[in-house]
Amino acid sequence: MAEVKKVATRASYGAALVELGQLHDDLIVFDADLSNATKTDTFRKAFPQRHFNCGIAEANMMAAAAGASTMGLVPFVSSFAMFAAGRAFEQVRNSIGYPHLNVKIGATHGGLSVGEDGASHQCCEDFALMRSIPGMVILSPADDVEARAAVKAAYAYKGPVYLRFGRFAVPVFHDETNFTFAIGKGEVLQDGSDVAIIANGLLVNEAIEAGRALKEAGVSARVINLCTIKPLDEELVLKAARECGRVITCEEHSVVGGLGEAVCSLLSERCPTPVRRIGVNDEFGHSGPAAAILKQFGLSAEHIAEVARDFCGK
Amino acid sequence: MTPKEKQQLELAACKVRMGIIEGTHGAKAGHPGGSLSAADVFTYLYFKELNIDPKDPKWEGRDRFVLSKGHTAPGLYGALANRGFFPVEDLPTLRHIDSYLQGHPNMHTVPGVDMSTGSLGQGISVAAGMALAAKHQGRTCRVYTLLGDGEIAEGEVWEALMFAHHYQLDNLCVILDNNGLQIDGSNKEVMDSSPIPEKFRAFGLEVVEIDGHDFDAMETAFAHAREVKGTPTAIILHTIKGKGVSYMEGQVGWHGKAPNDEEYQIAMAELRARLAELEAM
Repeated sequence: MAEVKKVATRASYGAALVELGQLHDDLIVFDADLSNATKTDTFRKAFPQRHFNCGIAEANMMAAAAGASTMGLVPFVSSFAMFAAGRAFEQVRNSIGYPHLNVKIGATHGGLSVGEDGASHQCCEDFALMRSIPGMVILSPADDVEARAAVKAAYAYKGPVYLRFGRFAVPVFHDETNFTFAIGKGEVLQDGSDVAIIANGLLVNEAIEAGRALKEAGVSARVINLCTIKPLDEELVLKAARECGRVITCEEHSVVGGLGEAVCSLLSERCPTPVRRIGVNDEFGHSGPAAAILKQFGLSAEHIAEVARDFCGK
Repeated sequence: MTPKEKQQLELAACKVRMGIIEGTHGAKAGHPGGSLSAADVFTYLYFKELNIDPKDPKWEGRDRFVLSKGHTAPGLYGALANRGFFPVEDLPTLRHIDSYLQGHPNMHTVPGVDMSTGSLGQGISVAAGMALAAKHQGRTCRVYTLLGDGEIAEGEVWEALMFAHHYQLDNLCVILDNNGLQIDGSNKEVMDSSPIPEKFRAFGLEVVEIDGHDFDAMETAFAHAREVKGTPTAIILHTIKGKGVSYMEGQVGWHGKAPNDEEYQIAMAELRARLAELEAM
């Protein structure tokens, strides 16, 4: 088997910013002394006049970006998810969300796959925080191809967008030549009728692997990539629930407030369906290599397949 | 400034104060104290300093104003209404359920408001971001922001000052309404922020201190701010909280309390008398 290409979506973010920067003079980037890690340094090298380091001061950075957007610029604001969504939550809520300004938050280092830095930097609460803000679009791309498309879609969209990228290199499974991306649209990667596995971020690749393994075990799993957590692709989720009768959600995020709860909220009101949520079970992470941490917390193809088999009684 | 011009500003300021009383009385809530202490600077900004067009509130080339101390919306609304952005008659609808005059400034509902504010500490960052953008775009407009002295306990204010100095935002003017009082008491009792000018200077800003109720001093200070290059200017206004309404002056209790019907009549009678006095000059 040929070596699978792996790219961290934070690198995709940096690359897409450069591509967009070449086309649009109004795009500017703010960073909080993490540009080597968030990969906005790629943009800084290409467009030094449009990259503004704000120092380690995320609250000011968010509100300053809000101000810049009122002047007609399109700021992409970057930090780690912990600080973008966490530290600066209230600035995002009041100075970006409430006035519905055209600011794009590029949050890298989301989830447990931050790895060695440990719990203080492993943000598993960002979807929950951002979902609670009216009008906020939330994107959690699964691989390099989708991440670059998501950045471009975020630029084209008028309004606040939260994008979550990962530190850890993940397999590129999309074929760029026939890939299209639309905010609010999910993607069926494998058809099936016994159980719907709905994932986002790096869990999509795990879900694909689980889907293949399940097929061999005689379980027909529908694998869905739901990059957009808000607004949710309700039609796709409802159809999957009706046709499969069982839903599993997978996310590198707390089971509190993320994709799993978004799916449960929809289904409980419109199509009550048994759901199992795979995510971080209301606990903090810890230090360790990303791959090992993910495995330990059950964020793996093996665990998804195990839950699915148990769910389907097979 | 000619005596006539000064008289016109005094008249406008008196009307802005009447608007504050009308608004907070109509709302049965709101923040008259800090609105009144800033009434003169609101007047100076909207009647003299800012390059704006009430007929075209979203005009691209306009100067921007961000009310970082957003709770003093009654003062801002009083100035905007009297400057012709919306009818003065609407001021008593402040905070009403069907009114566009939100309790704190809303840029999408109130004509002339450049940024939605209310959560302290954020407005100055927004203003700094506007000033950075204006410089980047080669615009000649200026950006002004008004802070409260209690507000500067917010750490974000100092992040913003560091940022504004770092990016040499000399198109930004930071105005501080230093009335000395906040909700729970005096600044000294609640959180001693002194010495303010020294702190601002230590952050690299040009600092001017003036009587915040003196239009001649404002003219000099704002003219100086336009001349300063390479760093923002901070204008510290020494003011009296509740200024212009006898029983509110210097009283911490009038931070966030509306006048009742009787108090409303007293305040309006005082302001009407002041107006008549100014008109007779």
